[in-house]
Formats: sequence, structure tokens, C-alpha cells
Amino acid sequence: MTSLENIRSTVNDSKFTYRQRIAQLANLAENLLDPPPVRKQCTDALEKRIICDMFEGNAPYRPRYLLPDYKKVLDNGSVFLELPAAKDFDDALAFLLIMYSATPSITGYPVYFGDLDTLLLPYVDGLSDEDLYAKLKRFWISLDRMFPDAFAHTNLSPVYNRVSQMIFKLERELLQVVPNISLKVDPVLTSDEYILDAVTTVFACGKPHFINDVMMQSDLGSQYAAVSCYNSLKIGGGSHTLVRINLKKTAEECNGGVEKFFETTLPFYLDLTAELMESRILYLVEESGFFESNWLVNEGLLDLEKFSPMFGLFGLAECVNILMEQEGDSGTYGHSIAADDLGYRITSFIADWVSHRKMPYCDGNDGYAFLHSQSGIDLDLDVTAGTRIPIGTEPPLIDHLRTVSRHHHLFASGISDVLSFDETAVKNPQAVVDVIRGAFKSGMRDFTFNLDSNDFIRITGYLVRKSDLAKMPSARHSSTFLGAGSVADSHVNRRNVKRVMSAESSPSTSS
Amino acid sequence: MLKAHQAQVASTIKFSWVDGPGNRYVLFLQGCNFNCLACHNPQTIPLRTPRANEMTVQEVLEEIRGSMPYISGVTVSGGEATVQHEFVLDLFKEIKSRKEFKGLTTFIDSNGNAPQEVWIQLAPFTDGVMLDLKALDDAKHIELTGNSNVVVLDSIRYLDSIAKLYEVRLLLVPGQNDSDRELIDTAVWLRGINPEMRIKINAFKTHGVRALARQWPEASDADLARYKDIVN
Repeated sequence: MTSLENIRSTVNDSKFTYRQRIAQLANLAENLLDPPPVRKQCTDALEKRIICDMFEGNAPYRPRYLLPDYKKVLDNGSVFLELPAAKDFDDALAFLLIMYSATPSITGYPVYFGDLDTLLLPYVDGLSDEDLYAKLKRFWISLDRMFPDAFAHTNLSPVYNRVSQMIFKLERELLQVVPNISLKVDPVLTSDEYILDAVTTVFACGKPHFINDVMMQSDLGSQYAAVSCYNSLKIGGGSHTLVRINLKKTAEECNGGVEKFFETTLPFYLDLTAELMESRILYLVEESGFFESNWLVNEGLLDLEKFSPMFGLFGLAECVNILMEQEGDSGTYGHSIAADDLGYRITSFIADWVSHRKMPYCDGNDGYAFLHSQSGIDLDLDVTAGTRIPIGTEPPLIDHLRTVSRHHHLFASGISDVLSFDETAVKNPQAVVDVIRGAFKSGMRDFTFNLDSNDFIRITGYLVRKSDLAKMPSARHSSTFLGAGSVADSHVNRRNVKRVMSAESSPSTSS
Repeated sequence: MLKAHQAQVASTIKFSWVDGPGNRYVLFLQGCNFNCLACHNPQTIPLRTPRANEMTVQEVLEEIRGSMPYISGVTVSGGEATVQHEFVLDLFKEIKSRKEFKGLTTFIDSNGNAPQEVWIQLAPFTDGVMLDLKALDDAKHIELTGNSNVVVLDSIRYLDSIAKLYEVRLLLVPGQNDSDRELIDTAVWLRGINPEMRIKINAFKTHGVRALARQWPEASDADLARYKDIVN
């Protein structure tokens, strides 16, 4: 609950910029209100953090993630923004920057900048490489300086083109935290040359993240994008809210072994998770007036029918280990076939449960929530992100890939596994291409790797510069503060070679 | 005489990023016909040792399946791969003929001490050979390896002529085989065969080597820069 002292300390907090203080004050004001109504069991589970609303705030007045149809607005212009259709490259860049400034999300900044190569490609004919470089560079710097939040995300199409090539070149030169980038990889359309360019860019700045375009399209249709940290959703839609269940704490509530867990404990807390989501969706859609008043909706750039919320889970590893112990088995997740099989039984059970629990206003997924493997926030102590293997206990790469890959098909709205590679990758980038292609062929949906030696560290999905962490406590990017919490608390910068973890808001920074 | 269908294996690696192009499954065969002072796995030199495992072609193929679909191909190293060339041939024939392994490349990491007949047999089923040249000067070669390099030089010429030489590797040991003169002569000889030849420099490290070589200095970053400057 917000107190006058919270407000006073925020107003006077010299480690925040002016804008960060405003955002914080807005959160504090929102949390003076009562949250959307739920049963007492639900409030209790929330207080015990068995379920978690990601500190989104007590009165959802904008969707958590929204993905405007940028293509449509560039083609048609906007009445609200008083802009005609973009005619040339300069028009398009200016139009987009204006759009972003008028696009909300949970972070206050857009979480999706569009598939920028696809959006800009129609405007580059006749533009020299020099002009393309100079113009795109100014735009790229503007993104980082105007929208300083590592959750702001762009996607690149599977086909190598002039714009994507220039974007990677600029990324290696500018070494910015923003934008986060995902590359959509198709086994045929995406060339080795393109993936090699991307891999070389990861060596420099930790981006892009790689996504399995075939799998995504089969789950979400051709109009989808990965936004924020590994959240794959429909373009023209988004996710009202993300509520997650802490499987570690759920297992701790169970003392009767595996069968009791599946029969009573897990369904009980899944139901409370769904209840919390439902009440938040109802508030957003029926009370806040967002879908009646926002200009993105009015101009057909967002459509409630393309929204579905994200049903998140995390702490699978600890959950499995606790249940194994209750069964008298010492096997652990990532190191025992029985433990891995139990892990898969749990995610399959949840996927099935979620696919039978109707949710209101969820036409984006035919009336159901999207399952999401949630990658963590900075107060997640002693609990592992999503379905990952605990940091520091990762098995050799091939076993690691096998353990986590089997879960990926269940999580349409994203699942992340971050691998950390050493310097041998730099001398043999084709090896990384082989691993990425193999991972997608074996059913992985998302693939991210970090190089141990560069300045960027992927905290849970978003990037922070190690050099910015060293400069704390004042940083331009709001997300850097979240990163500092993660590094101090969970040692994500000391994961086993071949590995990394995600966050959006936390009580320490936003409530 | 070893039976061709069974190999003496020192070890295997499911994923290797340092044994040829891309991510590779690597089979390290036991036994080498050189006895290099600078060898960093001297335990793989004797052909017979209780530490080695016997593996059939089918067993190796089963392991390769376990590394798929994440690999570009398979590398056979050693020891010296060509000492058990009949096994390598059987293995590569299987890989190249079976649909399930389609697209995998086959590489051999060799000291080059194999007669031309061996390369002629292996060539149709081998995509590339990575070959070590310990010294161009024969007296020096004998000193470092215990053997003459006449066969090695023939192998380099022959494999290059049939476009199967992927790269030549020079293991350079400070004070042993790294003088400007030796490096220039070596580079000139190799580029005389093929101006485009890939030459890879491996800097000597004492890790794993036997007592005598442990006293040799490791190649420094400055040494490495000088090597690259001369050879490339």
C-alpha cells in the first residue's frame, strides 16, 4: 500500500530521472485504489506470492503489452496524430517516432517498435547506402535515447535484406541497450549468411534473440511478434495482463507427493491464477474504458479480438526437485530422466488445464489464455525462471538443449532459454548457426545466447550493460535498476559458461 | 592386426567447436605413428592401452545420431586417424550412404603420415583433411616427432591436388620451430603448392605435454602476432 512516505521518497529520489519519478508516482497513485475484486483465497495466495500479478498495478488502465499495426498506419496515415500516409524513408522514420511517443504499455514505453526491416523496406528504393546508413543511424540513436527501456523490442523478418543488414551493422557500432531485437528464423528462407551476421552481432552486443518462425506462425498466425522479453503475441493485439504461478511455492504447499500435487494442489492454485487474470481483464476491458477511447483502437491499429492474456509459470526446476524429494528420489531437474519427465508432466498438465479454462475477452486465442514460461523479476530469490535449469547447475550444452526443448511447443506466448557461450564461439560462428538450426529443428521456440566476454548481460531477457551497472546508482535506462537487483540477488552474471534470465517491474522500483 | 569393424577409441565429443567447420561430433582414435615431444594428449599415442574403448561403426553411428540435428558433421581425430584408416573408411561410407546422415560433412584431423593409397581410398567419402605440419626441415621434423616428414609433404601435395586439403596447421613452439627463416620457408613452400591454402597457426601450450616439453616456453601473444604476420 502506498504511504505518504513512499510518495515523498519518490519525489525526492535523486537516483531517478524526472520521467522515472513521474512513472513511479503514477504507480503509487494507482495503488491507492483497491485492486479488482477476487476471493479471499486468491488475495491470500497473492500475498504469499504463490501467484503474482507482476506488480502491474491495482487498476489496469492499459493492456500490459500491445502491438499496434504499424504497417497499416504508415500506409493510411492517422487522424489522431494528424499525419498523412508516409511517402518516403524520412516520412516513415518520423512517423514511427511520433507513433512510439503515443503508444502506451505496462512500462510506459512501447514494448514493440514493429518489424522494422519489413516496415522500412518499401521506402529504401533509390536510397544510397550512405544515406540509408546516416538516416537509420539517427533513428536508431533516437530509439535508445527517447525510449530508454530494454523491453522496447523490434523484430526482423526471416529474409536477409538491406535494412536488416544495416541494422546489424549499426548495432555492432552503437552498442545500445535499446532496442531489444528478435530475428525470425525460417529453416529455408533464412540464409546461413544472415544468421552468421546475427551471431556476430550477438558477440558484440548480446542481440538479437532468435525465434522459430515456423512454430510461431503455426501457433499465432503470420502476424505475430516477440515483444518485451520473449513474449510472442499477435500484431494488432496483445496481452491484457500477465499473471504467473510460482511452481516452487505451489509444490511447498503440497506435502502428499506427486499424485496429490496433480489432484489437488496444482489445480487449486491454477484456478486462483486464472481468477486473478480474469478480474484484471474485466477491469481493463469493462471499467477502464481503454478499448472505447484509445486512439489506437479507434483507428483500427489495435483490436480487442486479437488479445489474449499470458498465463505465466516459473520455478519448474525447484517444483520438480521438491516433489522428487517428497517421493524419496534424489534426481534433480536437468540431471535425471525421472525428474525431467516429471517436469514435462507438470507443464503438459498446466497447458491442458489452461486450454480448457475459458477467459473473458480472449478472442486472440479462441477464448483461452496463452501459456507463457515467465523468465523472472529481480525479487525472485532461490527460484529459477520459467522452465529453465537453475543457474550454475546447467548440464553440457547438448543435454541442456534436450532437457528444455521438449517444453517449448507448449508455450505459444514465449519461453526462453538463455545459453552462455565462451570465446571459442567467436572463432567458429558457424558452430552457433548449427546449434540454432538444430535447436529449432528439435522443437525449440526461442533461443538466446550471450557471450561471456562482452559488455552486455541478459538479465532475464532484457539487456543491461555491465558498465552501466558499475555506474549505479544513476542510470538513464529504467531497466538498469531492475538489472542491478538481479545481479546482486541471483548472481546471473556468474552463470555457468553457456547460460543467462527477465523482468518488467518490481516492488523495489515500481510500487 | 585390428579388425576393421572395431576401433580403438580414446574418447568422443558430442559437440566440438574447435575441430573443423561448424559444430562437430569428434571421434578421437587411439594410437599414433608419431611420437611428438609437444603432443598435448600423449596418452593417445600407444595403440593398445586399457584406457581405450573398443567401438564398432554402429556404436559410433549411434553416438552421432545423439548429436543430431545440431552438428555440421563428423571429425575423426586422434591419436592419428589414419592408423585405423579401414575403420574410418567404413564409418565414412556409412555416413555418406545413409539418408539419415544426409548433409553431414566428414573430416579427418591427421598428422599426414599416411601413404597415398590410404588417401585414395578415403577421398571419395571424405570432405576435408586438416593436416599438421610439425616442421618443413626434415632433420627438425625427426627431432620433434621421431619421424621423417617425407610422407607428410607428399600428403599435403596430393590432398591439395584433389581439393581435399581443408587446412594445414602449424604447431609453433618458441625456440624450436618458430624462427622467421623457418616460418618464411614453410609459408613459401605451402603457398607454392596453392596460393589460397588455409594455414592455421596453433600456439604451443604446455597443458598436457610430457616432462621435456613442459620446460619449453609457451607462445606469447607477441609470438602469435609475429607468426600470423609472417605466414599470412
